[in-house]
Amino acid sequence: MTSATHRDAERIGRTPLGPRQVPPLGEQRPPAELSHTDTVLGNGLRVLAVRKPTVPMVELRLSIPFAGDDPSHPATAEVLAETILTGTKRRDRIAIDTELALIGGDLGTVVDPEHLSVSGSALASGLPTLLDVLADVLTEAVHTDGEVRREADRIVERLAVARTQPRVIAREALQRRRYGDHPYTREVPRPEDVAAVTPDAVRLLHADAVLPGGSTLVLVGDIDPDAVIGEVEQALGSWRGDGEAKRLAELPDLTPGDLLLVGRAGAVQSQLRLSAQAVPRTDPRYPALQLANLTFGGYFSSRLVENIREDKGYTYGAHSGFEFTGQKATLQVEADTASEVTAAALLETRYELGRLGLVPPTDADVEAVRQYAIGSLLISSSSQTGLASQLAALTDVGLGVEWLTAHPDRLARVTTEDVAQAALEFFAPSRFTGVVVGDAEVLAPQLLALGDVTVEGAS
Amino acid sequence: MAVPQLHRFTLDNGLRVVLAPDGTAPVVGVSVHYDVGFRSEPEGRTGFAHLFEHLMFQGSESLEKLAHFRYVQSSGGIFNGSTHPDYTDYFEVLPSSALERALFLEADRMRAPKLTKENLANQIDVVKEEIRLNVLNRPYGGFPWILLPPVLYSTFPNAHNGYGDFTDLEQATLDDCAAFFDTYYAPANAVLTVAGDIEVDRTRELVEKHFGDVPARPKPHRPSFAEPRPNEELRGSHTDPHAPLPALAVGYRMPDPVNELDGYLAHLVLAGLLTDGDGSRLQQRLVHREPLVTDVNAGAGLFGPFEARDPDTFSITAIHAPDVAPDRVLGALDEELDALATTPPDERELAKVTARWSANLHGDHDRLVSRTLAFGSLELLHGDAALADGLADRIAGVTADQVAEAAKGLRPDSRAVLVVEPDQGDAK
Repeated sequence: MTSATHRDAERIGRTPLGPRQVPPLGEQRPPAELSHTDTVLGNGLRVLAVRKPTVPMVELRLSIPFAGDDPSHPATAEVLAETILTGTKRRDRIAIDTELALIGGDLGTVVDPEHLSVSGSALASGLPTLLDVLADVLTEAVHTDGEVRREADRIVERLAVARTQPRVIAREALQRRRYGDHPYTREVPRPEDVAAVTPDAVRLLHADAVLPGGSTLVLVGDIDPDAVIGEVEQALGSWRGDGEAKRLAELPDLTPGDLLLVGRAGAVQSQLRLSAQAVPRTDPRYPALQLANLTFGGYFSSRLVENIREDKGYTYGAHSGFEFTGQKATLQVEADTASEVTAAALLETRYELGRLGLVPPTDADVEAVRQYAIGSLLISSSSQTGLASQLAALTDVGLGVEWLTAHPDRLARVTTEDVAQAALEFFAPSRFTGVVVGDAEVLAPQLLALGDVTVEGAS
Repeated sequence: MAVPQLHRFTLDNGLRVVLAPDGTAPVVGVSVHYDVGFRSEPEGRTGFAHLFEHLMFQGSESLEKLAHFRYVQSSGGIFNGSTHPDYTDYFEVLPSSALERALFLEADRMRAPKLTKENLANQIDVVKEEIRLNVLNRPYGGFPWILLPPVLYSTFPNAHNGYGDFTDLEQATLDDCAAFFDTYYAPANAVLTVAGDIEVDRTRELVEKHFGDVPARPKPHRPSFAEPRPNEELRGSHTDPHAPLPALAVGYRMPDPVNELDGYLAHLVLAGLLTDGDGSRLQQRLVHREPLVTDVNAGAGLFGPFEARDPDTFSITAIHAPDVAPDRVLGALDEELDALATTPPDERELAKVTARWSANLHGDHDRLVSRTLAFGSLELLHGDAALADGLADRIAGVTADQVAEAAKGLRPDSRAVLVVEPDQGDAK
């Protein structure tokens, strides 16, 4: 390939000096303390403001618990999220966008079965405008008939696109498998429900459910944390409402069971999704479980990735990780594999689940994942966006900066025995349930032969 | 925020080095950009540059397969690599205690990677899974970055699929790998960037220590990939078995990113005016007022701006309802471009775009990984890493007339239109 006189591969891989030693690690400087203020305003909104002046920007995360039992709730909530930034009594849609643009700003909303979340950013000098626009849409959004109709139409089109994404199909199947018809499973509303949403229903939901009590606002950036609380109070003090924002009913613990094979005719690749009950961040076993998870499939140098990607080439990416929901948590194991190797990949995945408990990580393995956990926390906390997102997740379950800054110590204290115990307790194959989504005609014979797999629709 | 002082120098073997100290957090970023991307692949070897990127993680004279990953991650770091039209980058971000280790790891694979048949076969499988995941099994897979170039461009380097055809990937040999490495992975064909919590003199010593004895090889000749602009409207179509709705992509040629940078930046501002935010011209008209499309986006470069030399692509993409004919969308687009060409935007509209660009650039630079990669790619493509810190001002300096000029250049008779049609027989 171009160079006619190139060396062969063998010679490229050899030098006169021979193999060299990898240098040891040097001294690590600790991160700077995070200057912050964490308080609850008179209207019940918790505000956490953190100074992080790396660039002249500010990041904003507002999280409003937004659960609803009514079957029409997910659709109404979706339309509310899409129309909240389309106009208030003072500003129309274009005025909102223009004011934000002039401060280098953005606001976006997303809703899921747990929360209505608003996230945004702006040049730090524009924070007063950012807060003013935020307060305006929270208290004075009008959800006009026209915007509700148009956004509902767009959502229906987007749902059509989303529902053809293999990862969305797999997620819906996994949610049904894990939680039946619990409200938590309604992540993507049905198109016919969206089409039926009325402007009155959206405005009513806004008045009833967009509440400061129980909600949290995180600000991270080139700000003075003490002074900014006053600015927030001034901007958002008029956001009032009766009662507390509504939290999702606690999830049931997972029932272990067969993997459900869900057909997707003609698919050239399958989605493997396995899940088991875990423990939340506040549980004393969490740090050890975090390290056990990293060893299993939580980072690239994990047993699962080394086996099914680097050794066997079954997948581009395999991953395991936590999903935190309210005061509960689960583990997810995911891989996408070609149809012809799906059953083999499942066999290897189950093998690694069993092996983690029976042949637990060594001291060196634990040291590697410990350094990775501490280092990646340091890296993600070093940017405003990374820190804001971490803190938003923590404040939502009542934690804060203190939990984050103490976590490296928690990880440092975990012993190899703790990790072995967490591995045996939480990663046992018998604790899992899940789905395989793919071309059932190709997959069924091998998966059924492998066992502990049920075909959807089969009796 | 203080703009970091950049230190640039070149080792005797030709390796260019950029050091960008910044002590705001105890982390470092290290990247190596090689001046080869998928435009340099020979015919019959589509996807080779990206496949080769995978092989560079598979071991060396000093490190067994998998050891590279383990050393980075057990030092608390993250890593990756990516292949672009004109370069391939490798990077890691780590706690600053791991600086020397990171330099060792990059020098080690630049000096003596272990290229084996087993690893080649394994990574061909992994890359095929990557393509199934990102292209073949997904709606709008490869849209528009794989599908638009063959409509807009006529020469192999610019038009072919950078992910590669399975048949080409399967035919890649170990000898191809050796030739590719010896030709393109010479130190003189690369830029090393170190950014973050570093001390300049000591870092310079460490760079000399680890990279200094990588033997020099000639810097390969880079041919021109220039080709004439289209002199008519080119059309192409693609049937997508997974897509639920039709889509279209419009591709135009842009000014040379390196030699006509201000004209290039005017196109970035134009893209912002067209589709950035609810108040932008195409969002207002096509999404909200008429409404013809579900989503519309405009931008420079098929992976984002500043990742290619000339020729580079300006693209506009939209997903639309089945009852909307592509020509209606194109007609509205041409009207909006004509309006901008004849009546330049006012100051306020320009200020909106430049403030958002300024904020976006700050946001990018706040993540050490993006900042490191920006220094490296700008040094490689533009010979000027410092441009990373000057771009916001350069963009703010774009005038209304320059934007009007850019709009005037996006002509219907010199563009490519790609239409994506859902496969009616199997839309699920």
